[in-house]
Amino acid sequence: MKLTINNLSGERNGQMIFSNISFTLAKGEALIITGTNGSGKSTLLRVIAGLLPAASGTVSLEDSGEFTPPEMMHYLGHLNALKPAMSIEENLIFWQQFCGNSLLDPDAALEAVALPGIGHLPAAYLSAGQKRRISIAKLLVSFKPVWIVDEPTGALDKASEQMFARLVNEHLNNGGIAIAATHKPLDIGEGVALKTKSMNMDEMPVEDTLTYGDLL
Amino acid sequence: MIALLKRDLKLAFRVGGGALTGVLFFLAVVTIVPFGIGPDLNLLAKIGPAILWIAALLASLLGLDRLFQQDREDGTLDLIIMQPHSMTATVFIKCLAHWLASGLPLILATPIFGLFMNMEPLAIAAVMATLLVGTPAITFIGAVGAAVTVSLPRGGLLLAVLILPLVIPVLIFGVTAAYGAVEDPAPFTAPFLILCALTLFFSVLGPITAGWVLRNSTD
Repeated sequence: MKLTINNLSGERNGQMIFSNISFTLAKGEALIITGTNGSGKSTLLRVIAGLLPAASGTVSLEDSGEFTPPEMMHYLGHLNALKPAMSIEENLIFWQQFCGNSLLDPDAALEAVALPGIGHLPAAYLSAGQKRRISIAKLLVSFKPVWIVDEPTGALDKASEQMFARLVNEHLNNGGIAIAATHKPLDIGEGVALKTKSMNMDEMPVEDTLTYGDLL
Repeated sequence: MIALLKRDLKLAFRVGGGALTGVLFFLAVVTIVPFGIGPDLNLLAKIGPAILWIAALLASLLGLDRLFQQDREDGTLDLIIMQPHSMTATVFIKCLAHWLASGLPLILATPIFGLFMNMEPLAIAAVMATLLVGTPAITFIGAVGAAVTVSLPRGGLLLAVLILPLVIPVLIFGVTAAYGAVEDPAPFTAPFLILCALTLFFSVLGPITAGWVLRNSTD
């Protein structure tokens, strides 16, 4: 399993946001994307996840079989994709069945995000941070090798940030790949020898042919 | 896919789902017509099938704008697009769930509303049969409109204006078939079969188009 981003460029409304980004991530590697607001982190992630068309370049995933790269990815965007009218458990079960490839059952996933025993509550009753944690639990109920996470720890407290870092660690140790955009330090590698690459979108030249990724 | 069908049905019948607003609207239209037309029982019986069809058509337009919009607003649509399911099948299932939750109750309510219009049992049965095969076409056509207007905050009226011209054939053949069943020289089978054909045709074209539009609607 190897994720290759080759000369990727993205634009919005005809305006180039980033251009010619290339990098590769092997099993167990993570890329941390930092950068100021508006530097194009989210756009890059959405292009990689196939939710925005790339202006140029390709995203490819080795050994993905019959599946396209987006189908092998979990995308955790700014929105939590939870239905307030359904219980937490119903939300998680839906995503597990719809994504396929079951991994943890909902109760175990809730325990992993430190919210055990609240599966019966409607999602509407939760706080912003709790919703975010349920959203993270969504990544655990079905297995996808690539995690694309955009500002994952936005509404989280300190303990939950570490909890999320541990979960990403575990995912990487199981042979997963992760790409995270954040402007908070996300200590994915803390105390563990993990191959973490980093990239700062502010330093990315726009409309330039220099390939930055090979430096990583 | 069954998970999606179950989820959409659950959501439709819970708080804010709005599955039964269509029936209430249907009830409102059908009850005020006799007040407007006057207590002429023969006239009511004569225009009954047409009134029921128009009311059902308008009622099934209500709520269509939310078909994909809610999923888009909470980020669900992004994740649905990324899954290894064909978007055509996904849209088809969502349409099916929408029809089961808001179209089928209209048909089940038709016998009661038919009595309001002083219709004979055969006419009521004919309206029910034509609605049963005709209203899915409205949902499938509406799915395309809902997909096109998914990113517009107040797309409901625009959606109605966009798809009304396309659902007029469904209305024409539905009402013609309903009259064909009760009035002697008029045929029932031919318009009824055309109505079936319209539904089958749009059950393919609608999901394909809406799926393609949704795939390209992300930003």
